[in-house]
Amino acid sequence: MTVGLTQYLIVAALLFTIGVFGIFVNRKNVIIILMSIELILLSVNINFVAFSVYLGNLTGQVFALFVLTVAAAEAAIGLAILVVYFRNRGTIAVDQINMMKG
Amino acid sequence: MLQTIAFYVFAAVIIFSALMVISSRNPVHSVLFLILAFLNAAALFILLGAEFLAWILVVVYVGAVAVLFLFVVMMLDIDFASLRAGFMQYLPIGAIIGLAIVSELILAYLGWATATPPGPPSATTPGVSNTEALGRILYTDYIFYFQTAGLILLVAMIGAIVLTLRHRVGVKRQSIARQVRRVPAEAIEILEVKPGQGVT
Repeated sequence: MTVGLTQYLIVAALLFTIGVFGIFVNRKNVIIILMSIELILLSVNINFVAFSVYLGNLTGQVFALFVLTVAAAEAAIGLAILVVYFRNRGTIAVDQINMMKG
Repeated sequence: MLQTIAFYVFAAVIIFSALMVISSRNPVHSVLFLILAFLNAAALFILLGAEFLAWILVVVYVGAVAVLFLFVVMMLDIDFASLRAGFMQYLPIGAIIGLAIVSELILAYLGWATATPPGPPSATTPGVSNTEALGRILYTDYIFYFQTAGLILLVAMIGAIVLTLRHRVGVKRQSIARQVRRVPAEAIEILEVKPGQGVT
């Protein structure tokens, strides 16, 4: 069983699914939800790089670099919001973020 | 052959550590397993020949983002046991949706016929390293996107600082401007104290 494009895509699909599953089962814990989002973005990056290599086109790796940038920015902003929320409310339970009644 | 074994080992460790990230009781363990997943993803990138992205993954994710997560998890005083209360409640619906997604994706991949059969893994011309090839197109064709990425990072940095900055009242601080502005004439006052009278 040689390693081809399909194997990489299956690993990425499993990782993506675990990320989505993590968001579902840890509905109260924002930190785990943020980590699940990181897992999802990592699986997207694996897809980009695998396609980039097997199609012989470097554009996929450039795009993976930008995904990495946005993921880092998202983690920083998300954790900053989390710290401010914890400072105001004393908890990070997501199901209590309904003060704005939006 | 060795490459095949390495691929399956790294892939298995990635999947295992991703499962541990979402199911671990202690969030610190979750972050550490996230770091393990990122390291093994970097190893997969090296197997693919994308070594620049692999090292960026190690430096940016393990070095910066994961440490940020670790700081926040350890800084906030949270009762994590109560946050896990709904875990078993949401497990069945999450498992159903997860199985649906993964079976759809794998069925789609297995029944996939590419127009041009994927060649051997090489994204770069021989003699040019992956980093150099990436730099050649990143700084020419994608220069505006590259600048935009820098701008996004700047906005994220300013946003994080503005969100978490707070000025506490009642804390003694040094004011350099006031300190430099002082002159002897207004800083000290010479009084002649007469005997028997105090300083009024």
